Amino acid sequence: MPRIFAYIVHRGGVVDDSAAELVAAAKKIDATVAPTAILTGSGPELETACSAVGSGFGEIWKVANAALAYPNAELVRQALVRVLPPGSIVLVNHDHFGIDLSPGLSIKLDSVFASDVLAIDGIEGNSLKLVRQEFGGQVNAHLRCDISSGAVINVRPGAFKPQANLPAAGAVVDKSSEVGTLVARRRYLETIVAEAGDVDITKHSVLVSIGRGIQEKDNVALAEELAEVLGAAVSCSRPVVDAKWMPKSRQVGSSGKTVKPKVYLACGISGAFQHLAGIKGSPFLIAINKNPKAPIFQVADVGIVDDLLEFLPELNNKARELRGVAAK
Amino acid sequence: MPLLRAQRDPRFDQPFVRLGGVFKFWLGQWKHPRYKFAGTLHILIFAGFILLALRAFTVLIVGVSQNFVMPGLSGRTGEIYDLVTDYAATVVFLCMVVAAGRRLIFKPARYALPAKYGKGHTADAVFLLGLIALLMVADSLFAASRSAGHLQQGQPAEALAALSLPWMLQIAIGSMPLATLRELNVGAYLVHEIAFYFLLCYRPFGIQFHVETSLFSIYFSKLERGTLKPVRWGVSDEHLDQVKSFGVKTFEDFTWKHMLDFYSCADCGRCADNCPANTVGRPLAPRFLTTKARDYVFQHYPVSGKANNGKPLIGNVYSEDEIWSCTTCGACEEECPLLVEYIDKIVDLRRGMIDDGNVPQSLQKPLKALESRGNPYGKIEKKRGDWAKTPEFLQDNKVKVLDGKNGADTLYFVDSITSYDDRMQSIGRATARILTRLGKNFGILGAAERDSGHEVRRFGEEMLFTALRDHNTEAIKASGVQRIVTADPHAFNALKHDYKDVPPVEHISQVLAREARAGNLRFNAADNWLENRDRVYAYHDPCYLGRHNQVYDDPRDVLDAIPGLHRVEMKRSRDRSFCCGGGGLMLFYEPKEEQRMGVVRVRMAAEAGANVIVTACPFCMVNVEDAIKVAGMEGKMSVIDLAEVVDQHMVCEGGPAQTEKLEAATVGG
Amino acid sequence: MEILVCARRVPDASENEIELNIAGNDIEREEFVYSVNEADNYAVEEALQIRDRVGGNVTVVTVDGEEGEEILRRELAMGANQAALVSDEAFNGSDGEGVATILKAFVQKGHYHLILTGVQADDGAAQVGGMLAAMLDYPFASLVNSISVEEGKLKVSREIEGGNKEMNEIDLPCVLSIQTGINEPRYVGMRGIRQVASVPIPTSTAADLGVDHGAVGEAAAKVKRVDYFVPAASKGAEMLHGSREENADKVLELVAAKGGLK
Repeated sequence: MPRIFAYIVHRGGVVDDSAAELVAAAKKIDATVAPTAILTGSGPELETACSAVGSGFGEIWKVANAALAYPNAELVRQALVRVLPPGSIVLVNHDHFGIDLSPGLSIKLDSVFASDVLAIDGIEGNSLKLVRQEFGGQVNAHLRCDISSGAVINVRPGAFKPQANLPAAGAVVDKSSEVGTLVARRRYLETIVAEAGDVDITKHSVLVSIGRGIQEKDNVALAEELAEVLGAAVSCSRPVVDAKWMPKSRQVGSSGKTVKPKVYLACGISGAFQHLAGIKGSPFLIAINKNPKAPIFQVADVGIVDDLLEFLPELNNKARELRGVAAK
Repeated sequence: MPLLRAQRDPRFDQPFVRLGGVFKFWLGQWKHPRYKFAGTLHILIFAGFILLALRAFTVLIVGVSQNFVMPGLSGRTGEIYDLVTDYAATVVFLCMVVAAGRRLIFKPARYALPAKYGKGHTADAVFLLGLIALLMVADSLFAASRSAGHLQQGQPAEALAALSLPWMLQIAIGSMPLATLRELNVGAYLVHEIAFYFLLCYRPFGIQFHVETSLFSIYFSKLERGTLKPVRWGVSDEHLDQVKSFGVKTFEDFTWKHMLDFYSCADCGRCADNCPANTVGRPLAPRFLTTKARDYVFQHYPVSGKANNGKPLIGNVYSEDEIWSCTTCGACEEECPLLVEYIDKIVDLRRGMIDDGNVPQSLQKPLKALESRGNPYGKIEKKRGDWAKTPEFLQDNKVKVLDGKNGADTLYFVDSITSYDDRMQSIGRATARILTRLGKNFGILGAAERDSGHEVRRFGEEMLFTALRDHNTEAIKASGVQRIVTADPHAFNALKHDYKDVPPVEHISQVLAREARAGNLRFNAADNWLENRDRVYAYHDPCYLGRHNQVYDDPRDVLDAIPGLHRVEMKRSRDRSFCCGGGGLMLFYEPKEEQRMGVVRVRMAAEAGANVIVTACPFCMVNVEDAIKVAGMEGKMSVIDLAEVVDQHMVCEGGPAQTEKLEAATVGG
Repeated sequence: MEILVCARRVPDASENEIELNIAGNDIEREEFVYSVNEADNYAVEEALQIRDRVGGNVTVVTVDGEEGEEILRRELAMGANQAALVSDEAFNGSDGEGVATILKAFVQKGHYHLILTGVQADDGAAQVGGMLAAMLDYPFASLVNSISVEEGKLKVSREIEGGNKEMNEIDLPCVLSIQTGINEPRYVGMRGIRQVASVPIPTSTAADLGVDHGAVGEAAAKVKRVDYFVPAASKGAEMLHGSREENADKVLELVAAKGGLK
């Protein structure tokens, strides 16, 4: 059984839930083994991160190098290739960093790559059995990967529930000396923070969220009306931003904001994973969509199959009545 | 002259029809009374000019040969002519004063020029009015002084018409010494000639050029309504691939007639005043398309100096949004007294933009869907006929699909929105029920039907239109039908004007009107079927049924045939109907506007005292329904299609008409 | 600058309904319409804009059967200078790594400064770009949403969480995967496509590129799809079936109950 590693991303020394999810994924490959955490970085931040990985890990490999202070996938990849034993299985969170790192890493390690994995169904001979999604979540697929020379597996955030009652993490092992010189043909310059905009959707407890189903810019007003009456804010999914109907600051998703509302109204949103990834804390999710097969209905608490453009005005009327607000 | 470099434009056909047009629109000033006050002024001025033409030349020649008399105007005829023209000069003079006062004091809004387009034209206009007034005074003074002079000398004097300007002037100057009179006479003559010739030279540079060009712009005007000019005259469809560049990108790409239009426009603003895009604050006003082009041509084709040309129009003279904003409703062309054309120009400009790949993102998706699926929604072809297969509908109706196994003599051409849109499908079902009850042997093309391509063509995607048209034409021919019926005015217009070699097509309102006249249509009284007796209906003329195809009375006759149906007319109706916002691809375009056209129209209906709008076009339905919501008038206004109204009230054998539960159609429901 | 864009022909996401076929082992593809993968189209537009700014050549390549020509012509009509089809029976059934291997051989037959791909396609794997870069040993950046050209290198921004942008400098030659929304692709009309309808598109086979049959194709694929399935609706949402009015009332009730109304 090859050794299982989990690459842990940390920001300023802080490790988030994804570490525990990677442990859960590793257990699906081999329940008997505690995966090895591997972290890159530099200085005290790396030290803090190493001690914060959480329970369930065996060893914790620390790879420190000044060049790795900012997680630059190009450099991290070089470091990992030198440090990891051949034939290892490496688990990585499928986020913007995992997308950047893993495909190239799998080539350099001469291992198979499985992207955005939803579920792991164990090993059969030399094959690892996995589940992925395709077509924006409309179908799932069973896959088999040949792991005879190792594997790099990108794990979908939130797909693997962290387990409880795991033994505390093991000792930190310093692997920094194996790194050698890193060649930086891609260099990090700076991070430009997105403009705050007038509304901070991360601070609202009720969000009226719109997707492609809103169909035109003019209809955004319907959602804004509802939000005003409810005391909520309007957020949206990516296609609405791409079409320039709402600013980027309103986007919920893996490339937008992460929100933790109490109630989330998903209007005309299909439920593509990248959007759902931005919703944390399990809010009460009400979905309205014309398509009864929209993936959102699988994750919503309550669903209504209706034309958004017909339903919203009705909802607006009722809401106004409820609040005693005069019609516009 | 740029017209020499322009594209060709065959306008020399049908001379008698064209002459007829000249009589009606030029001589008869047919369009002018649409604006009563300005129209009356202009008719008077125009009549005056025509009458005075001969007199003006007489005066000119008299300066050279004193006793010259225009051939044909000697003796009694001449005297009558002189009297008439005395009054004509007076009237023209008075009109000039009134017109100048109007420009300076009342400033009608449609003359205004937005700051970004430069200084206003008022000074220029008043200058011209002043010059003409001067011309009239000079002419009158000439006649007055001559007559006074002769009187003083005891010679026979020309009689001056009582109370006319020359008559009044004669009284004023009659007692002046002869020498002064002579000086006045010569002076008046000179002023007259100088003013006359100055105007002749000055007019081409401004809005008065229409005095000369109007005859030509009207003679060469477009004869057919509802059609579009081909990409290039003289190039047939099969050879279009060889055309290097589609559409109008630089000024020289316009045809000579379009360039003539730019010179002819009188800047009266009637087009822009009626343009729905302009009314709702979109960047388009037809008048400015012309004035900007005129400014461009003056700049680039100066009288003296080299022509410098070839700059792209979009981005320099016109903005993209300006050109995409047009709904092709035709209100501008309907108003223009000079018959200036706009739709062809805008379509040509769009063709140019499409050729350059310059298409708003919002339109790219539906265009792509039209290409791959034959409808702008991207829905699957085989579901196109599914509107006729709902379980409720199938219980009592069966719609034939003309797929080779089934034939019929009438084709019901449904088109995309009625086929796929949940709400519009009820119009399809209502129409099918009506046709069945009328005993028509009809069928639909079903999955073989593609979008008629009407808006595709008007948005400039000529090749995609050709592909859709050819596919549909083949399917129609294969079905063997003898005639076509549709409830969609855009499809109606396309099949009638854009398609060739297809059977004759009618709109369902025309079919119904004919049946009503023949007594085959029986209706239940309106009150029995409606919950609310106070329903007041207003019929909204769809642009492509009304203005472009002049079907105004048939839908009204059908509605009036329903006993007890209370109908009112909106102020803007028939050929002055106000566009709902546009159909086809216009539903996808995201314009910059201050409000929606539909909202303006819904308010017009409310103003007329109506609470139900009846339309005969699915796109009007979409826009008006939306507008009712946006305007917050739900519960106070509703909208219904003509076919649905007929369906609800039509009596059929064996019992009450089956209706469909139309949530949107019932007031307060 | 010599720019290569790797494009892929995929079922059009918005114009197809995804359903399982009767056998249950694949999706029903018979009625599909295909088009170029959306992200790849953005990549081609970006390549054209770079070329128009700094000069050069844009080539679009795809690994596919003959049908691949359809999307190549579309990109030619959009303004690409050349198109290339890489096709061989030996390539059928290749997984992502196989495709990257094939593309690597193609790249090495030419001389490109910049290679672009879309971030991901309909299978959402987002892998070919990164793999290709590693095989070529070129630097790589994913999720690129802006590019500016400097001497011998590029300044690119990557889309990271919260809508933030990570600014990087990357040496040429390099591989970038392009995120949707980076630009506004120009329209390609029917006329444009007809004009390139008879432009010959060179096809390269495995032999032309020197690709080892053993490294590609189904046999060599390390990732194999067993079947498609639609997940059991398990818990899923509680669907409301009332009238529109009733549903609206219920929604408001729930919003209030879950602490939503202040």
